[in-house]
Amino acid sequence: MSVAEIAPPAATPARVVRRAPPVHTEPAGVRIAIIAVALTFLALVIGLPLVLVFVQAFAKGWQAYVAALVDPDALAAIELTLIVAAISVALNLVFGLVASWCIAKFEFPGKSFLITLIDLPFSVSPVVAGLVFILLFGSQGLLGPFLQDNDIKIVFALPGIVLATVFVTFPFVARELIPLMQEQGTAEEEAAISLGASGLSTFFRVTLPNVKWALLYGVLLCNARAMGEFGAVSVVSGHIRGLTNTMPLQIEILYNEYQFAASFAVASLLALLALVTLCAKTLLEKRIAKDH
Amino acid sequence: MSAGRQSLSFRQRSVIPGFGLTFGLTVTWLSLIVLIPLAALVLKTTELSFDRFIAIVTAPRTLHALGISFGISFAAALVNAVFGTIVMWALVRYDFPGRRIVDAIVDVPFALPTAVAGISLTALYAPNGWVGSLLEPLGIKVAYTPLGILIALVFVGLPFVVRTVQPVLADLDKQYEEAAASLGASRGQTVWRVVLPTIWPALLTGFALAFARGVGEYGSVIFIAGNMPNVSEIAPLLIVVRLEEFRYADATAIAVVMLLTSFILLFIINRLQQWTERRTTES
Repeated sequence: MSVAEIAPPAATPARVVRRAPPVHTEPAGVRIAIIAVALTFLALVIGLPLVLVFVQAFAKGWQAYVAALVDPDALAAIELTLIVAAISVALNLVFGLVASWCIAKFEFPGKSFLITLIDLPFSVSPVVAGLVFILLFGSQGLLGPFLQDNDIKIVFALPGIVLATVFVTFPFVARELIPLMQEQGTAEEEAAISLGASGLSTFFRVTLPNVKWALLYGVLLCNARAMGEFGAVSVVSGHIRGLTNTMPLQIEILYNEYQFAASFAVASLLALLALVTLCAKTLLEKRIAKDH
Repeated sequence: MSAGRQSLSFRQRSVIPGFGLTFGLTVTWLSLIVLIPLAALVLKTTELSFDRFIAIVTAPRTLHALGISFGISFAAALVNAVFGTIVMWALVRYDFPGRRIVDAIVDVPFALPTAVAGISLTALYAPNGWVGSLLEPLGIKVAYTPLGILIALVFVGLPFVVRTVQPVLADLDKQYEEAAASLGASRGQTVWRVVLPTIWPALLTGFALAFARGVGEYGSVIFIAGNMPNVSEIAPLLIVVRLEEFRYADATAIAVVMLLTSFILLFIINRLQQWTERRTTES
């Protein structure tokens, strides 16, 4: 590069063009103001609450933090949360695969109605989701007398908590898979079948590898919601300490007893889960964009 | 199976197997987990006489709770429409240090359990909290007042607005803004007359989604609300209160009202989304 090229002449048209205000952005002052408002708002509503969880959890030091987590009731709550999440995620995983195969690979009337029904639990209040199972299986419920005669416990026990959790997490896996599988079409499956592959091996060798990242994404979101569900589980659990308290319910009990540090200690585990889920989500979104 | 049966079948023909099995399983599981339980709610309501139902739903405490849930959800959705648009605009149009992290943080309310958000927002906005202690001298009380409910509902609703509008603005071709500018429009006019009309349907959809989520929200609200009947008691909490009093009929009636409104909202949101899609494919 020559010196003449670097040193600009006194008045070049290029400089004039550069000075003209850019037509599709705002003046610097407005830009800075918008960014400042956006960051302040996010800090007040999301950032500070997130930081506060960890600060409060360690407010009484490491030892108190660990002691809060190894408390028998806390351990029982963690164990129950893991069991409930494992069952709910497994059930929704199988359902999500079955439903998206049916919806994405075939054409039939009423399909969009079926998709709306699968999405329905998203628009039902968690409290109402819990209530329906009380009305069905509670002592005054429609099936209550039958369950009592046969000594089957559903509400205020593990089955009720699992049912409520499955209800609220119902759409998560299916709604990640359906759009992707619809977009991918049926050509690859048809090729596999016409070359003599069985339905099952087509599914495991062709369809599943194509959607594996979206499936993992759906499972992660489903798991985060399953472990964190509060409203629906709170209605059906009966709040029996050490027996039917999940982690979010344990947080509520400790908080209402003014054991703030212990409450935030349990909360910090769920907040950590949320952060890990978000990191994984960011990574997976890139992979899924490639599959599309 | 005969060829005649195939042509009568209600799905279109396909070489891919498994339709009967997967369709049957999907409908059965959907019915067991979602449809039958929701039907039980409606069935329980029919046990009530019409007069009784009206009496429960129009009781002052019920009306207040419904009014608080719908009113504050609406206000929170408005706040999110304004600030969500500002956040979304900064994320799409400007580059600043930490933009990717800020973008990821918007999703926190989707992933953070509502009970955790509830206790944390309460501690933050309580009179002795980090933010609450700054507002107290100004005479502003947030926690344990309806304003606290607003903050909690702004928290849960924000990502709905940002994530609905963000892709629409990101896809917007800048040539329209350049055309407006070259025809003499000021930047303000361009944003107001060219950009906003394009993102308007998406913004309305995001608003409706945030509103619908707010109406049913429970976990993040009950800690910060103070839960005073007629003042800061939300409808989902009133359902829980009635259940704990074993007043199942009352709980059921309020739940049916909430369920019906969420169906109406769902219908409106579906329409809005179709409208958004049509608008974006046309342009």
